Amino acid sequence: MQVFELDDTDRRIVVATQDGLPLTPQPYHTIAEELDLAPDEVIARMSAMLDGGAIRRMGVIPNHYALGVRANGMSVWNVADERAAIVGPKIGALAFVSHSYRRPRHLPDWPYNLFAMVHGKTRADVEAHVKEIADLLGEDDLGHEILYSTRILKKKGLRLSSGGLSSRDPSTKRT
Amino acid sequence: MNRPAGKLTETPVVTIDEIDRKIINGLQGGFPISPRPYLDAAEKLGIEEQELITRLARLTDTGALSRFGPLYNAERAGGAVTLAAIEVPQERYEEVAALVNAHDEVAHNYERTHTLNMWFVLAVEDPEDIERVNAVIEEETGLKVLNMPKLEEYFLELKLEV
Repeated sequence: MQVFELDDTDRRIVVATQDGLPLTPQPYHTIAEELDLAPDEVIARMSAMLDGGAIRRMGVIPNHYALGVRANGMSVWNVADERAAIVGPKIGALAFVSHSYRRPRHLPDWPYNLFAMVHGKTRADVEAHVKEIADLLGEDDLGHEILYSTRILKKKGLRLSSGGLSSRDPSTKRT
Repeated sequence: MNRPAGKLTETPVVTIDEIDRKIINGLQGGFPISPRPYLDAAEKLGIEEQELITRLARLTDTGALSRFGPLYNAERAGGAVTLAAIEVPQERYEEVAALVNAHDEVAHNYERTHTLNMWFVLAVEDPEDIERVNAVIEEETGLKVLNMPKLEEYFLELKLEV
């Protein structure tokens, strides 16, 4: 994957915005003021990060659980490797699928090479959605399972510090 | 089984109205990078700038939104991320969870319904650290770590409809 090279100024912008944009009428000006940069520079650099893919998207990050979308199943599929690039995008385009990836198999323990996170209000919803995927795949479906998460053992944000990417608790972030 | 922390059902459901719904469905991407972005976005939604700001503040405070702003792509920013799984014997589950969670590189860890019952995400600065951290976890736990890095992403735009 192509890496978007962040310089020190970009990193300062990432660190200043990774918890969210200021809720002021001119948020990029607010960031610029905090970092002692020109507002135009903040706007230009963030636009470049968006175009270059370092920013995936700009907007709301909904909390599925809080909004009542409580059943989240990791559906895993065994499809022929040469079919993955054909069926993967079809699965990724479904409204109830938030992520879809190809990952390596680990035979004999783990035959699945396609992962799709499926969301619904209940497990019955998730199962109905998985059935839709199975119908879509038809003969390409060589087997699938749904893994539900039953407990969050750890969750912290992916964080960029001035030194680089790390995954650390917000309370211990380096600046 | 004793499950003290992090039960998924503990988060209360937040009540939202039609305008909130419009904001959540309409602003999952494409928030402008412009001098008055809330004004630009509010016009598209048919509401006032200040109302958008006030509602975003409330939706964030109540937990309906995890966050509002840029979603950074860790890999494009130069790091590496992987998903890994372990089959943990039930009687060792808490002990192994503690060993895995103790690594700062472990960003998320979930218990899941499968014989492979522990799934964690590693996020590292240097891609070579993935192999090293997984090897340390194998050594500490005596269990096999199945590394499942993303080989391909079938592009997704988050489109959660509420």
